Amino acid sequence: MLNASLKELSAALAQKKISGAELTKLFLDRISRLNGSLNAFITVDAEKSLAQAHAADERIAKGTAQPLTGIPVAHKDIFVTRDWLTTCGSRILSNFVGPYDAHVIERFNDAGAVILGKTNMDEFAMGSSTETSFYGPVRNPWGQAYVPGGSSGGSAAAVAARMAPAATGTDTGGSIRQPAALSGLSGLKPTYGLVSRYGMIAFASSLDQGGPIAKSAEDLALLLNVMAGFDARDSTSVERAREDYARDLEKPLAGLRIGVPKEHFGEGLAADVGKAVEAALAQLEKLGAKRVPIGLPSSGLSVPAYYVIAPAEASSNLSRYDGVRYGHRAKEYRDLADMYRKTRAEGFGAEVRRRILIGTYVLSHGYYDAYYLKAQKIRRLIANDFAEAFKLCDLVVGPTTPTVAFKIGAKAADPVQMYLNDLYTIPANLAGLPGMSIPCGFGAGNLPVGLHIVGNYFSEAKMLNVAHQYQKATDWHKREPDL
Amino acid sequence: MSWEIVIGLETHAQLSTRSKMFSGGSTAFGAPPNTQANAVDIALPGVLPVANRGAVERAIRFGLAVGGEQVINRRSVFARKNYFYPDLPKGYQISQYELPIVKGGEIRILTKSGEKTVRLTRAHLEEDAGKSLHENFRDVSGIDLNRAGVPLLEIVSEPDMRSAEEAVAYAKALHALVRWIDICDGNMQEGSFRCDANVSVRRPGAPLGTRAEIKNLNSFRFLERAIEFEAKRQIEILEDGGKIVQETRLYDPDRDETRSMRIKEEAHDYRYFPDPDLPPLEVSEKWIDEIKAKLPELPEAKRRKFIDLGISPAQANLLTSSIQTTNYALLMFGGASKTNAPVFANWISGVLSSKLNEANLDISESRVSADQLRQLADRVEDGTLSGKMAKEVFDAMWAGEGTADEIIAKRGLKQISDSGAIETIVDQVLAANAKQVEDYRAGKEKAFNSLVGQVMKATQGKANPAQVNEILKRKLAG
Repeated sequence: MLNASLKELSAALAQKKISGAELTKLFLDRISRLNGSLNAFITVDAEKSLAQAHAADERIAKGTAQPLTGIPVAHKDIFVTRDWLTTCGSRILSNFVGPYDAHVIERFNDAGAVILGKTNMDEFAMGSSTETSFYGPVRNPWGQAYVPGGSSGGSAAAVAARMAPAATGTDTGGSIRQPAALSGLSGLKPTYGLVSRYGMIAFASSLDQGGPIAKSAEDLALLLNVMAGFDARDSTSVERAREDYARDLEKPLAGLRIGVPKEHFGEGLAADVGKAVEAALAQLEKLGAKRVPIGLPSSGLSVPAYYVIAPAEASSNLSRYDGVRYGHRAKEYRDLADMYRKTRAEGFGAEVRRRILIGTYVLSHGYYDAYYLKAQKIRRLIANDFAEAFKLCDLVVGPTTPTVAFKIGAKAADPVQMYLNDLYTIPANLAGLPGMSIPCGFGAGNLPVGLHIVGNYFSEAKMLNVAHQYQKATDWHKREPDL
Repeated sequence: MSWEIVIGLETHAQLSTRSKMFSGGSTAFGAPPNTQANAVDIALPGVLPVANRGAVERAIRFGLAVGGEQVINRRSVFARKNYFYPDLPKGYQISQYELPIVKGGEIRILTKSGEKTVRLTRAHLEEDAGKSLHENFRDVSGIDLNRAGVPLLEIVSEPDMRSAEEAVAYAKALHALVRWIDICDGNMQEGSFRCDANVSVRRPGAPLGTRAEIKNLNSFRFLERAIEFEAKRQIEILEDGGKIVQETRLYDPDRDETRSMRIKEEAHDYRYFPDPDLPPLEVSEKWIDEIKAKLPELPEAKRRKFIDLGISPAQANLLTSSIQTTNYALLMFGGASKTNAPVFANWISGVLSSKLNEANLDISESRVSADQLRQLADRVEDGTLSGKMAKEVFDAMWAGEGTADEIIAKRGLKQISDSGAIETIVDQVLAANAKQVEDYRAGKEKAFNSLVGQVMKATQGKANPAQVNEILKRKLAG
């Protein structure tokens, strides 16, 4: 059961081979055994989860079950969840209990899924290693000295360690895809606007997008079917007809044109990762795909542009954490300004403070044009690159990350090295395109390597089709860490 | 050498929507603190803004009224104005910065020195902040977020006004307009309409002087007093050889003075940038056409109609001070001639207005309807009533005693205009007052008035005074 796909779990529940409560219990037990060392969860509440599981069992008994009814799902602690502590990995929200449900949580609740717990993350999703969490670093189940990636590192570690069948994440610059790659999982960042951001605590509003992390592309399709959908409460939510993201999974790949950007295979790409990705490309060719060399000439500007836009938006988004209405407030202060200063200095960690400062700076009078406006122009160039590329190919494929997982602490002192980890994933966020990562082998230290797939807007079904066909021909996604 | 005062106004008009600018929270005034603030209004983690279509529509209505289609930006952008304050829950205010929904337009004003056009720079949509409460608390401040997120239209004028009188005329015209087009209730006590005044002084012909901005003037009188005080203050400084500091000032009505709030160097860097939670606001031609079709005829057009009816510009202004007054007047004037209309207008601006003021009623709540008032005025015109009797009838109508005709009949107030009847009475009076007749003929004009008085007394005031005069003069001469 711990290794079963969502489809298998759904069938087992429908056939009463196991009850929702038993299934939830199974994973809760696994969490109590492993979370102490991996630190993937910030909050687990067996009572609440089991209550939901019992409700799901009633639904199954009544015959009104949906595909995910009774299936436990772990949620990144960025999704506000009614009556659950929702910390966003930060001290400043360390006492914040959600008074409402995020749209994504509502969708899972409506589907009858069970909230298995809230997963650890980089503070306010700012990081690529889940080391910036107020709740301590998450360990990679494939090697506990290593990071699981970030910022959705808790979700990735939870699924990789089979503490959860599936999990949600958010991706601002790679925060679903990079931890999926580093943890041997499949992860999907949908087209911007496909999944409502309502109740998803904002880091950088124009880039943030929620998505699933799971063991396979097939599972991702089922999860996306629940998560995606228009929400009038999010003005950037896209109103379009509902889709079944699993509909094209079985389509053959004959005639598929996969674009391979030379910029993502140059300097900085580790040999072990390059080798695994090359093998994956060959495998896709074997399945009938045609390889097309493409260029993404502005690609190199994406990290600098991202580190202007994301902090700018964050500096404003995080202003609401001021100690006035909720969250942490400094105990002693002289006056209002002092209260703000102390509250925010105590409440935010170093990386968050750094980004607030950068963001405040680039938006300041006299610097706005040179930084923020220029970054927006680069953003346009990057979107244009992809638009050109998609004239030549159906999908853009390459490595998700330049290296396999690094050791905890290895890059903590060097933010720029840390930022460069998202070199290949950031362009999709800047362009608003869907991107995914699937396991495609192992590199140094027997650590997983991820294959990055970027599709055109709203081409999730096609991306999942390609990933599923690849996964039918390979077994990388079935490997599990030895715990 | 004289000084010229230069004034520009920034006016915040609260838009009359039921829900807030970016949330479904209620905008009702006067509820207990923090009972009208929902998750979005108090800026919980994860919440997002959604622009209120009704507020956007009202802004478009305003644009159409002040400048027509060409002043409506088909694409405008919401931007964040970032600063920390406890009554600002998100740490930023959503406003419009580089691309407002309305650019340009104008307001016509009338002052003692004549008509004038004040140009508008822009009008943009934004949300209000909450309120800090310092009273009733010991050692702490209270925050009421009921007002947080209430939709505002900030209307910015060019520095086109040259006196406190002009500024007040502009503010009043704007106030009348926003109520006319039904986008703002104009309630100044509740803060639904408030002005910031930018005031500077200069020698005529010189470049603009350094300005001070006086914040939150919520009555026309305060606006006038604050500008007058501020201009005087600046002139005194300059005449003493000093310099004006660019600053924000507050008007204190109790002491009738303005006080410095913060100087320019202390001004915030608001770090405006487009709000990534809100896509650019796109306004379609179709929507503009729909709004235009529903727009009432504007005060300016009505004013011209009144003037064409022979009514003075000042009185036409008065009759167009609200759509209700105009509707009342038009109803009353129905078919009136150029001679009659100004007389009818006097009824509205005189007797009726003072009664309404006395009773603190809006014209739409008047106890005497337009039709009824017309009947009364007609009775004066056709000679049934004297002006003095008409006033009495009006009072009776106001008291609910019936229509003018009913009251005239009931009280027997019908004026005697039968010249035969008047002549008979005049003859009797002349016969009975030989001394006065003699005095008059000897050149004592006063005697004439005494004779008129006698005739009126004999008819219990009902004789048509013009006829009495005419007949008396004729008989005395003969």
